[in-house]
Amino acid sequence: MSYLTSDQLMAKLRREIKEISVHELARKMDGGENVTLVDIRGLEEWDQGNIKGSIHIPRGFLELQIERHAPNRDQPIAVICAGGVRSLLGARDLEALGYTNVASVAGGFNSWKNGGYNFVVPRIMTNEQRQRYSRHTIMPEVGEEGQLKLLDSKVLIIGAGGLGSPTAIYLAAAGVGTIGIVDFDVVDTSNLQRQIIHKLEDVDKPKVESAARSIAQLNPDVKVIGHRTQLTSHNAFDIISQYDLVINGSDNFPTRYLVNDACVILGKPLVDASIFRFEGQVTVFDTTHDGPCYRCLYPDPPPPGEVPSCAEGGVFGVLPGIIGSLEAVEAIKLILGQGTTLAGRLLTYDALEAEFREMKVTKDKNCPVCSEHPTVTELIDYNQFCGIPSVEHLSTNGAVKQPALA
Amino acid sequence: MATVRIPSPLRRYTNGQSKVESSGANINEIIESLEAQYPGVKARLCDDSGQIKRYVNVFVNDEEIRTLQGGDTPVGDKDEVSIIPAMAGGQS
Repeated sequence: MSYLTSDQLMAKLRREIKEISVHELARKMDGGENVTLVDIRGLEEWDQGNIKGSIHIPRGFLELQIERHAPNRDQPIAVICAGGVRSLLGARDLEALGYTNVASVAGGFNSWKNGGYNFVVPRIMTNEQRQRYSRHTIMPEVGEEGQLKLLDSKVLIIGAGGLGSPTAIYLAAAGVGTIGIVDFDVVDTSNLQRQIIHKLEDVDKPKVESAARSIAQLNPDVKVIGHRTQLTSHNAFDIISQYDLVINGSDNFPTRYLVNDACVILGKPLVDASIFRFEGQVTVFDTTHDGPCYRCLYPDPPPPGEVPSCAEGGVFGVLPGIIGSLEAVEAIKLILGQGTTLAGRLLTYDALEAEFREMKVTKDKNCPVCSEHPTVTELIDYNQFCGIPSVEHLSTNGAVKQPALA
Repeated sequence: MATVRIPSPLRRYTNGQSKVESSGANINEIIESLEAQYPGVKARLCDDSGQIKRYVNVFVNDEEIRTLQGGDTPVGDKDEVSIIPAMAGGQS
């Protein structure tokens, strides 16, 4: 049986495979020519610098993954490695798959770099992060780029209660880099039936501290900022403006209208949900993309006492787990820019009937806050707006509380 | 007969039922018919002048009636009417 030395093989491939210079490649890339540049180097080499617009497929995966990027066999492809040797082998493998217009970049990335052409050094994840988020990054909808977006994102959660617990836990697990939590309250034993971020040992301790502890145990990548305060018209702008998006898990109407108005005015997307007994609602208010806001859905608040609170009516413990998780899903989609959000749609869930349903939410062209000619352009007194007379006369009923965080 | 979805806070009027049948050619008639079957419901949905309260949303299938013809929105036998009130719960 005849054999070739590796030198002989390379010499043979140089005769058979078309090669292009880095200058020719640069001309093609600059000219916007239709050419798929495939970088087949190893991950560590790629991380140290690569050509903008190139696709990274390590050589071991080349035949398995190329069709995702170039389904058409006539697609012009340039294969690049570090020095122009492995790319000959890669080009030969693509020709074996039937690709008809393949070239190897002579001299590879080293020549590109030495030729003074631009390259990018990607922001990279640590090995630990690569392992932790591997089930995310393997999906093209997330990828390393999406995971880095999550790590760079800042999300504010209003309330570390029933909804805020699962939301915060899933966002932390997903690697949302900064999670702010607004909550004034301390953990009560009656919270533990559903507020899964808190533990028995946290009873009587501030919820923001308890939540921060749970998150730290789950994912050290996440920075938690606890705002142990009542969200008010005075501090809402200062707090909300520090974040990219807001997730509402509050328990009273004044806070809901306050958060809505502040998000509309500041141009922050808001993921909103509420729960009662066995039913939940979830939607997205994104007026930066012409979506409706909370006031388009519910123009006026109910009078105090008209709508019972969870404290009065009860809440099924698993329900906030479902609805809060849906809020986390929507928030992550908004950060990644993937999929279709619930903007303009109200998703309702009835746990007893095991039914999800969807209603349209239409933007109100006369909305006092999010229409073209708003009449509310700064934050107002939301207790007064909700018919709550004064702080001194507040009951402990969640429905008539001041915008305090129970 | 249209199907009417009753939200949790109103189920005490409907003997705990989450779905009831109600007759009427439009939303106003459906509400009157609901009131006849389950007294007390109307006061939770409408103000003194009979207008549907601003914090209660009524949908015919998936469309809110404020975007249609309000109380005059026609309702067919196969339509589903959903009453979805504002809820605040989540945190406490």
